[in-house]
Parts: sequence; C-alpha cells; structure tokens
Amino acid sequence: MNCQETRVLLHAFLDDELDPVRSLSVQSHLDACPDCAREHAAQRSLRAALRDEALYFRSPEGFESRVRAALASQGAIERRAGWPSAVGALLRMRWAWLPAGAAVALLAVIVITIGRFGTPAPGSTADDLLGREVVASHVRSLMANHLTDVPSSDQHTVKPWFNGRLDFSPPVKDLAGEGFALMGGRLDYLAGRSVAALVYQRRLHVINLMIWPAPGEPDRPLTVGTRQGYHLLHWTRDGMSYWAVSDLNEDEMKQFVGLVQR
Amino acid sequence: MGARAEQERGVGRFEESVLPHLDSAYNLARWLTRNGHDAEDLVQEALLRALRAFQGFRGADGRAWLLTIVRNTCYTWLRANRQQELTTEFDEEVHTLESDVLNPERLVLREGDNARVRQALEELPAEFREVLVLREIEGLSYKEISTVVDIPVGTVMSRLARARGRLQRGLTARPSEER
Repeated sequence: MNCQETRVLLHAFLDDELDPVRSLSVQSHLDACPDCAREHAAQRSLRAALRDEALYFRSPEGFESRVRAALASQGAIERRAGWPSAVGALLRMRWAWLPAGAAVALLAVIVITIGRFGTPAPGSTADDLLGREVVASHVRSLMANHLTDVPSSDQHTVKPWFNGRLDFSPPVKDLAGEGFALMGGRLDYLAGRSVAALVYQRRLHVINLMIWPAPGEPDRPLTVGTRQGYHLLHWTRDGMSYWAVSDLNEDEMKQFVGLVQR
Repeated sequence: MGARAEQERGVGRFEESVLPHLDSAYNLARWLTRNGHDAEDLVQEALLRALRAFQGFRGADGRAWLLTIVRNTCYTWLRANRQQELTTEFDEEVHTLESDVLNPERLVLREGDNARVRQALEELPAEFREVLVLREIEGLSYKEISTVVDIPVGTVMSRLARARGRLQRGLTARPSEER
C-alpha cells in the first residue's frame, strides 16, 4: 500500500471501520512510513481533543422534566382526539369541561353581545372592530375558566407548544423578573384567523397579549385606548400585529409593552 | 378503552426507548444551533414530532431515529433563521491542496485547549460540524451517521476526512492564546 492509498483509508482506519485485511495493510504502511505515521498521530491527537468531556453539551437541569410534561400534555390531547388529529382534539378539549347546554348558552351570550355592540357605528374603523373582538376574547378567557391551553411559566414550554397549531411562531418572553409573570398560552380566534394569546399576570391582573402575522403591513407605533373599562394597546412591528388587553392601569400596561418590545 | 390503553402504552414505550437519548439530542441541537435556548426549543419540538411519528417506528436504534428527527428539525430552523450559514462555498481542489501542505507537527494541542477546539469546531460549516459531532463526540458508527445525515457510508468517510482537515487548519491558524 502506498502513501496515497493510505491517506484515503486513514480515516476509516482511525474510526475502526476497515475490514481486518485492509486494516493490517494500513498498519504495516504506517510502521514503515514516518510521514504517514505523523499524519496518523496528528489525527489521533485531534480525536483525543474532540472526545474531551467538556465538548459534550449535557441537557440543562430540569429539561427532562419539562420535556416529560410537554409530552404528557400532548399525549393527553391526542388520546382524546384519536392519535393524529391534535387540532380537533384541542377544540374538543377546550369545551370538554362544559356540559353541552352551558356551551350553547355561553355561545348565545356571545352572539347577543356581538349583536348588541357589534354593529359598526358610523365612522368606526377596522381597528375599532378588532379592538372590540380583542376585548371580547379577553373577557371570554377570564369568564370561561379557559385562560390557558398550556399553563406554564416557562417560555421554552409555551413557545414550542404553538408549533403545529399555528402557521407562525409567536415571540414568547418570560417577564417574571420585571413583575409580569408568564402564566401560559392559548389558541384564540380573532380577525378571521387563529392567533396566539399569551397570558401574563401582574398582581391580580391578567394581561392577554394577542399576536398574529400581518404580512406587508408597515410598522405602527403604539396606540392606547379604553373599551368597557379595559385598556387596549395595539402596535404592529416586523410584520406582526400585537394587541395587549387588561384591566391593569395604563402606566403599567405601557411598561409591559415596553418590555415586550425590548 | 382498549384503544386508549394502547395509546398510553405507546407514550410509555416512547418514553422508554427515546427519552434516554435526550442528552444526545440536546448535544446535537446545541452544536447545530450554537445556542442553548434554541437547542432546548428545537429538541422539544423534535420530541413532539417524534411522538407523533412513533407509531410508525419499528426499528431498534432509538438514538439514531431520534437524532434524525432532531437534525431535520434543526435544519428547518437553520434554513428559516440562519440561511447564510448553510450556503457555504466549497472549492474542493484548493482545500485538498492546502490540506496536503499542512504540517501536522505544527498542530500541538495542550490540556485545557478545549475552548480553542470548541471555537474551531463551531466555526466549521454545519455539514462538516455535524459529522464530527456525531462521530467523535456522540460516538456513532459510519452506518448510524449515514442514517442520521442521510448520505451513503462512503460519503460519511470522505466528509469526515474533509471535516478533520478543515478543523486542523482552523486550529493551526489560531495559535493558543497566551494566558
């Protein structure tokens, strides 16, 4: 075996992937050729360096239990649905706690509410209508005991939960350090599409942050409004539309939005 | 009730054959994304995908199966978020020549050099980084790497050879820092 053949097979030799016959001929060449032997030694030292334990990234503390929790909730959803249809399951799960009659009654209340307040007054803009929808969704989330689909204070649980349920990935931040604790996430339906609702808590106040894509729309600065006693903050940034709604005071709501935008 | 019990067993079987490889999954995702938070998100996403696909899994090698899904999840993410890292020029001839002029004696690795090795490995293009991580750090065989990366075994060998050449050059170009 010459040097060229040896260099070709050296890596398989090093990796123990050569058959015994060729392995022997590589070895006898290495015994005879100092150049190839040096290259072999260099490769061995490189390998030793790569096998250093410090280069292996073990998963962080607590990661396995977070994963187990995510798997368990996914398993539960899929059991209700029949194995593959997670989305259908989600819809059913949402109402599973309610007797069917109560669900119908609630629906009637919502329809009546929208009927009463939903007719656009002259001059009302699309944002007005949307703002109304956002407030209705916020009230509903508090009323129906259905604040979160994925109750978790961990952004690494909440964000992946939306995968496969939405056609976009909402930015999820935990702001507990700043006094706005992440409580979880929920799927909602607004503006004729599925949206991400992130739920935060400030003292006893609940904040719903609704996010969905607004492709092609220019960035719009923050606007602050009030509706039915709720503060309603809206902005558009990087092709995403944001609505934050809560009964929390305006100053702290602005502080919250500042943190989300940061 | 029978179907439900079977699905519960499914989740249990999944946890038994796949979760023991969580560190392997995280290690690969961490090296591909070079970021701990992204790695956590992607591993979690990959596991949920894996759970959905698990009923179709009849193989014996849960680790290679999981790593395949983790790798695909990471590449989808890299294509969406780090496109420029995946488009690497590669001039075979020039690099082969360079590799031949390399004098192996110049490459001296000392104890405690792993920060240097780590940085050089992180700077390799993903296609070279991943084979080295799978082979040297994760200890997979050529056959397993060929499954995970979806290339023939012969290509595994030649890609490893090139990856090692590149890593050597990267390390030689970067002398040990004086401390």
